[in-house]
Amino acid sequence: MSWAGIVMLLIALILAVFAPQIAPYDPYADIKVNIMDIYAPPSAQHLLGTDDAGRDVLSNFIYGARVSLIVGFFAAFISVIIGGLIGISAGFFGGKVELILMRFTDIMLVIPALPLAVVLVALTSPSLGNIIFVIGILGWTTTARLVRSQTLSVKERKFVLRAKAIGSGNAHIIRRHIFPLVLPLMVANSVLVISLAILEESTLSFLGLGDPTMISWGQMLNFAFTRGGVSSGAWWALVMPGLGIVWVVLGLTFLGHGLEQIFNPRLEAHHLSVGKNMVTRAKEGAGNAQP
Amino acid sequence: MKRYKYLLSKVLWASLSIIFVMILNFFLFRVLPGDPARAGVKDPRLTAEAQNAIRIRFGLDKPVINCFESINPLKLGSCLVNPLDTQFFIYVRNLLQGDLGTSYHTNRPVKDMIGEGLVNTIILIGFGQMISIFLGMALGLIAAWKVNTAIDFATLGFCLVAWSLPTFWLGIVLLFTGSTWLGLPVVGKFTPGGGLATGLPMFLDVGKHLILPTLTFSLIMLGEYMLIMRSTSLEIFSEDYILTAKAKGLKTFNILKDHVLRNAMLPMVTIIALNLGFTVAGAIQIESVFSWPGLGLSIFEAVGRRDYPMLQGSFLMIAITVIFANLLAELMYSYLDPRVQAI
Repeated sequence: MSWAGIVMLLIALILAVFAPQIAPYDPYADIKVNIMDIYAPPSAQHLLGTDDAGRDVLSNFIYGARVSLIVGFFAAFISVIIGGLIGISAGFFGGKVELILMRFTDIMLVIPALPLAVVLVALTSPSLGNIIFVIGILGWTTTARLVRSQTLSVKERKFVLRAKAIGSGNAHIIRRHIFPLVLPLMVANSVLVISLAILEESTLSFLGLGDPTMISWGQMLNFAFTRGGVSSGAWWALVMPGLGIVWVVLGLTFLGHGLEQIFNPRLEAHHLSVGKNMVTRAKEGAGNAQP
Repeated sequence: MKRYKYLLSKVLWASLSIIFVMILNFFLFRVLPGDPARAGVKDPRLTAEAQNAIRIRFGLDKPVINCFESINPLKLGSCLVNPLDTQFFIYVRNLLQGDLGTSYHTNRPVKDMIGEGLVNTIILIGFGQMISIFLGMALGLIAAWKVNTAIDFATLGFCLVAWSLPTFWLGIVLLFTGSTWLGLPVVGKFTPGGGLATGLPMFLDVGKHLILPTLTFSLIMLGEYMLIMRSTSLEIFSEDYILTAKAKGLKTFNILKDHVLRNAMLPMVTIIALNLGFTVAGAIQIESVFSWPGLGLSIFEAVGRRDYPMLQGSFLMIAITVIFANLLAELMYSYLDPRVQAI
């Protein structure tokens, strides 16, 4: 499953990186349009038709991958760093530090993120940097909780106690012993955080809070929806950007679930399942009991 | 005794969260660059006197908080005013009196506007939640029972796709197909002029307008509930009491109903409450797509009009509701499962 996710993401990444080579038109160039070019249906010149401004939907779509992926990656980066710092310090230092940090996390966890993001972006100017920043500083709560619980379990391992016994400083222990063991979990989690960030960016853009100078998938949907795309029956302008979002988020979800299963294997069979799975489990259990 | 202490600490933390949200809500709208004064008074044709009159009307002429504008320790004496006359104090006082301010756009109390929207939002969320919780629990249970079969994979696939769908996009697609092929009404709550009807025709009209938004909402929420129900049930399936029940010769249906479903209720209650923030996000998008006149649509419109008091009021309202719902879920959880008493 994670391989399917990787392949899906690679395709999206190639689209985004080589957008100028792949896209048939440059969506940021000045063009001359007449009335027939507005919401023109798919044709040989425009494989996916044109949008409300007479621009090629396919080119917009390919360039849109850039913004969506950039926002996703950088916002998730901010979230995971904040979440990691808070989680590791809370788990490692314990006591009052943990109480304050985790209570703050709990408070942030219950505040609904989208309305707060809407408020924050509406108050600041809707530039790409601001959107990344806002999504980033609101998405760290689950990471912080995960990292904290992992840190708590790593902290009790023998090698950490040994490092403490021979007098290693806190910074050294965190850097050399805790962080390497927390990192895999953070990576698996960050994949899911990226998918949330991409969804959130598209939602904010759709609500009219996107960077007006940048083409993202959410922005395309906002233009098509608010500028008469539905009533002119321009399905080509409405379907593609959404499919793009689903493609990337699904890829990330596959990858994230795959990684999660590697780090946190769940039970494959249970007492009510029928078939060979249960038998093999029982055999393994018996084998372990009598070595 | 310990139980009361636990409940008390929960209530205490919820109140602390609400106070935090109240303070955050105030300062967000004062500190950030697009301050209400500039947004409210942005029409260039206004004369200076008119601008000042508007500022005074909305209480924006008063200092935000003592010494907020110039934190200069040398001038401390000069910026001090009567603390009761600062914007922050007036904000807190008004909030305690249930006054959320006046909308810049409609000049009506924000409280009334939120009240009108809230009813419609609750109708939409209520129907959607009922459908998705019921279906989600049933399908999740079946998927877990038939784990690693075609049914399970189909369910899992559906859940993952539903999770990846942007809510507003699913709304657009359903709106497009529903209006073109099924002839369903797609905009608002009534057919134009239909608001005058009473009794059954009115309910039928509203019901028709509810179909597509509710469908969108249920589909989005369904995936998550199914996934959580599936994993919860899987965990329960490997408990020893299930093996015992099976050894006693109980029918599978009875095991599912009496042993699995009952124990799966606990985590589901928490998830449903914790999800309320996510639910609100869904409502904002769906109402914007279908012009359903709820709180979400008014937030969407307030963003476009830079109607800060409305945004501020709605955000506060939503945050407090979500905090209360979480508190309620935690209290209910400890009632349902008396073992839960740790912090």
